Amino acid sequence: MTQSKFRLFLRNNKGFLFILPWLIGFLVFKMYPFFNSLYYSFTKYNLMKAPAWLGLDNYIRIFTKDKDFVPSLLVTLRYVILVVPIKLLLALLVAMLLNRTSWVMNFFRTIYYLPSIVGGSVAVAMIWRVLFSETGVVNAFIGTFGIQAQTWLSPSLALFTISLLNIWTFGSTMVLFLAALKGIPKDLYEAAAVDGVPRLTVFFRITLPMISSIIFFNLLMALVNAFQEFNSALLITGGGPLKSTYLYGYMLYDNAFVSYKMGYACAQSWILFAIILVLTIVIFKTSDKWTYYDDGGDF
Amino acid sequence: MTTRQKKHLWTAVHLLICILIGFVMAYPLLWMVGAAFKQNGEIYNNSHIFPRGEWVLTSWRDGWYGVGTLHFDTFIKNSILVVVPNVLFTILSCTLTAYGFARFRFVGKKIFFMLMLSLLMLPNAVIQVPTYILFRDFGWLNSYKPLIVPSLFASSSFLIFMLVQFFRGIPKDLDEAAIIDGCSSMGILVRILVPLCLPAMVSAGLFQFLWTWNDYFHPMLYLNSTNLYTVSLGLRMSLDATTGVQWNNIMAMSTLSILPCVVLFFCLQKHFVEGIAAGGLKG
Repeated sequence: MTQSKFRLFLRNNKGFLFILPWLIGFLVFKMYPFFNSLYYSFTKYNLMKAPAWLGLDNYIRIFTKDKDFVPSLLVTLRYVILVVPIKLLLALLVAMLLNRTSWVMNFFRTIYYLPSIVGGSVAVAMIWRVLFSETGVVNAFIGTFGIQAQTWLSPSLALFTISLLNIWTFGSTMVLFLAALKGIPKDLYEAAAVDGVPRLTVFFRITLPMISSIIFFNLLMALVNAFQEFNSALLITGGGPLKSTYLYGYMLYDNAFVSYKMGYACAQSWILFAIILVLTIVIFKTSDKWTYYDDGGDF
Repeated sequence: MTTRQKKHLWTAVHLLICILIGFVMAYPLLWMVGAAFKQNGEIYNNSHIFPRGEWVLTSWRDGWYGVGTLHFDTFIKNSILVVVPNVLFTILSCTLTAYGFARFRFVGKKIFFMLMLSLLMLPNAVIQVPTYILFRDFGWLNSYKPLIVPSLFASSSFLIFMLVQFFRGIPKDLDEAAIIDGCSSMGILVRILVPLCLPAMVSAGLFQFLWTWNDYFHPMLYLNSTNLYTVSLGLRMSLDATTGVQWNNIMAMSTLSILPCVVLFFCLQKHFVEGIAAGGLKG
């Protein structure tokens, strides 16, 4: 009897019922769009008429004819290179600064986290626009030290200015580093102190290896997020001036929802996906060499 | 210098550095609050936080009524209509899913868990276009459904993973004792795990609140009618609507727009920061 078999299956796989909402969402809102996106990427689709099969035309056009593709990719790479290392380094250094038990440190931890909770908001984008305008606060401040006023939202500096917004939200990364630092057994440090090991050696031989798995995770997440980011460009610079902040995500948005070139945008999104995938695989492959896990992981 | 003096000196320097960084971190936000009370002319060409001239209060009223026929009460009401169901559904669905993954054996569990985690690496851009088309085919455009319905289906891998890690930290002996006493699976979740995991669930809810409340992109994509606009969209509109922008009005409304986030964060921060740290990532 199929029905009793089904009941038996459910009794032995009760957990299945609990993840069912997720599974339905996964299939309908993630997998179905995922494969659709791949299909659309080989078509011409403007929402009005049904998708028309083009084969590889979209991809060929992106690499040979698209005037925005390479510049936009380069802008994105510069953004990633600017944001990811500085954000991670800052997060780690500040976490080390806060790694002691006292309510004062907890207070600072809360303050440093504050930018992360509002970082993506329109309000902060507004603040950035005023702070970094030509007669704005930042220029007024550096002026008091006799530094010449800068055009922060000019073609040469605009990308840096919106990178600062992302770097300013290092608090969320910092909290994870801090938790990892607090998890390092004290006796390792005590043993090193007894042996009179220099501080720098302690950092490179004990601290870094012990938190390497969190560095790995933070690096991966920061990379994936930085490659996709364009919210700040959308709200602060509009991709300009002279497309100097025309990030990849912005180009995708323009093609898809301004020009309604849905198929073309999907093809571009798959190129982004391929780049991120390759980077992820490279990091995963090399991570065996530089990350240390004290528990084998139980899944 | 003796070792003791050196130690005191280092403590002082250390504190000074912390204060300095804290000031840089908080400055933009403090400046925003101050700017809301400044006269429009005083916003530029200086870097002080508090108004030196007269304190202006009209910016709050003018900002509130600033955008044509729609006022901020509409935007705030709309944001609440989106965010409250979204957060509640997220907590509910993510907790159920995390419970399933953390406490049961079933066919395909490893594969499902891997798939769930690998979604963290999938750029949103890849599925954005087909998702938009899907919602259009459902007839959901220009409504709150695209912003709410996915939250019923545990759409955030990050939050599921966080809760799974938290559940794993609770000894299974408790579950087993409850089973012997005749407790059902649902009973174990509701009576034992939920009370113990409340901090993690609060963190998950707060995360989702912050993301949804601050989200600009998705409401912009799915909402056309201005009377459906959320706070983010309303704020952006008030910038575009006026020529010769009254920045003090904008800063007043900006302050208002992030106030719920800041207040909730400070009320829940003990659970929140420790919740992520403890439950977030152990392996």
